[in-house]
Amino acid sequence: MIRSRRRWLLSTVAVLLAVVWAFPVYWMINSSFLPINRIQSETPTFVPIDGTVDAYDRAFSGGFFSALKMSMVVTLITIGVALVLAFLAALALSRFRFRGRRSFLIAVLVIQMIPAEGLFISQFKQLDAWDMLNTVGGLSLLYIATLLPFTIWLLRGFVNGVPVELEEAAMVDGCSRTQAFVRVTLPLLAPGLAAAAVYGFLQAWNEFSLALVVMTRPENMTLPLWLRTFTEANRVDDWAGIMAGSALIAVPVIIFFLIVQRRMTAGLVSGAVKG
Amino acid sequence: MSAPPAVTEERPAPPPTQGGPAPRVQQGRDPRRRGLLPYAFLLPTLIVLAAALGFPLVRQVIMSFQEYGLAQQFGQEPEWVGLDNYAQLLGDGYLWTVLLRSVLFCLAVSAVCMVIGIALAMLMTRIGRTPRLALQVALLLAWAMPHLASLTVWQWLFDSQYGIVNWLLVNLGFDDFAGHSWLLNRMSFFVVAGIVVVWMSVPFVVFTVYAGLTQVPADVLEAAELDGASGWQRFRMVTVPMIRPVLLIVGLLQIIWNLKVFTQIFVLQDAGGITRETNLIGTYIYRLGIGEGQFGLAAAASWFILLVTVGLSLYYVRILLKDEAAS
Repeated sequence: MIRSRRRWLLSTVAVLLAVVWAFPVYWMINSSFLPINRIQSETPTFVPIDGTVDAYDRAFSGGFFSALKMSMVVTLITIGVALVLAFLAALALSRFRFRGRRSFLIAVLVIQMIPAEGLFISQFKQLDAWDMLNTVGGLSLLYIATLLPFTIWLLRGFVNGVPVELEEAAMVDGCSRTQAFVRVTLPLLAPGLAAAAVYGFLQAWNEFSLALVVMTRPENMTLPLWLRTFTEANRVDDWAGIMAGSALIAVPVIIFFLIVQRRMTAGLVSGAVKG
Repeated sequence: MSAPPAVTEERPAPPPTQGGPAPRVQQGRDPRRRGLLPYAFLLPTLIVLAAALGFPLVRQVIMSFQEYGLAQQFGQEPEWVGLDNYAQLLGDGYLWTVLLRSVLFCLAVSAVCMVIGIALAMLMTRIGRTPRLALQVALLLAWAMPHLASLTVWQWLFDSQYGIVNWLLVNLGFDDFAGHSWLLNRMSFFVVAGIVVVWMSVPFVVFTVYAGLTQVPADVLEAAELDGASGWQRFRMVTVPMIRPVLLIVGLLQIIWNLKVFTQIFVLQDAGGITRETNLIGTYIYRLGIGEGQFGLAAAASWFILLVTVGLSLYYVRILLKDEAAS
């Protein structure tokens, strides 16, 4: 009796906390559909019954698409290059024993502890010296380098999980070493590569501080930078537009995150090889 | 961008019979080429890391010993000034304020995140499926929000004129909060920043700790209950020791992440306008370097954030390793 009442109480607390935690996300979406006279009123509107999508129009016309393009280009380059490089490095670290392997592994761990803020001034000066400020290449270079250590570590775990015996068996069956690798090992690494790509996407897509340092011109803004300037420009009179801008950036990422979150953990747990 | 540092311990190299490449080196047609192959695989990574991290690191050393201001930015030769930059920073006092502020903010926020996160994870083990799912979805939403979008939304929530927080407080009877500007006062600035950071960081703590809690065998807890242990005692004596490794790792990540809350502070400063009183180490360096063009000073100051972060994490990693060796 006491137990079940307690359970009810705890459940209620949990649901209340869920409401509190989800509220900012709800409020963003709610506000983005409100007309100006509704949003700037003494009593807040909790459900956008007579909502409009005008705010989205204002966000779109405020330079959203050029930032979207920039973000897509930088993210794609970053993921593509980082995956290839990390994959090669993971192979080297997992399938070969060579001099310097251990120090490289330690370096990979230590680099991850470097906070971006401890280096971005000199990264700025370095890119400046190479004329790479305000270029896609410059920003991607920094992103790739930030992403590489973790990606290498992740992929190395996956490569370790595929026994060499599988490849050797294929070679006994007449495959060349490369063929054995491409036909046997590579497919088994797909979940690892997917996990790394998802992680890289979320990191590069959402990154703010390095983009702020490297991309100083308005025409080169990525989405987070765009949202910042858009907020600054409309802070006084258009919170609906700002919330529409936030929602445009956040909602696709949230949906993507909710989809891959379950699959990714499933992929990570099931592992590449059973038995 | 933050990558969760992989704290997994490097396993010792397996003996060659376990599939190490050692026997296959002889199989290869040209052992010398095979010997260079791993280096060829690593070369592109090394080049990128050198260009994006190595060179800047060297530059940071050099610049920190130079007078490198706006004049140098426009082509004048930088002048060697030895330790002047460091002396100026250390003697200023402001650097110490900022450092202390950063460490305090980081520790306070990390502690709050851990407490709330563990409490929520415990809560999740004691409730039915539906409320748990609701809580999980809500937390996932907060976790998935891009930082900049979250920060923008929170600015709106705390907006002085039409923000919902002020409206709520006024309706609860706190009339002082009508039109209250949260970001204009140092204390309330950090309260808002803290709330935002906690909101963003707690989901990760909850999910990780919850995963750990599901590994604690129920019969052990029942046995402790039969032996007369109270709820708190069961938590302290049974649960915590069993999930200690998870707690340590999550705690380490919280500290590393909360030391570099550049984006959160920077964006809120944009909205508030009192930068000097609210600077943490990241924003301080940014404003010194990119803002004022004092690259020499900023480079010198950068070393402090590197030292503090790596120092704190190494200290923590040592505890972690000791713990693992002991168990």
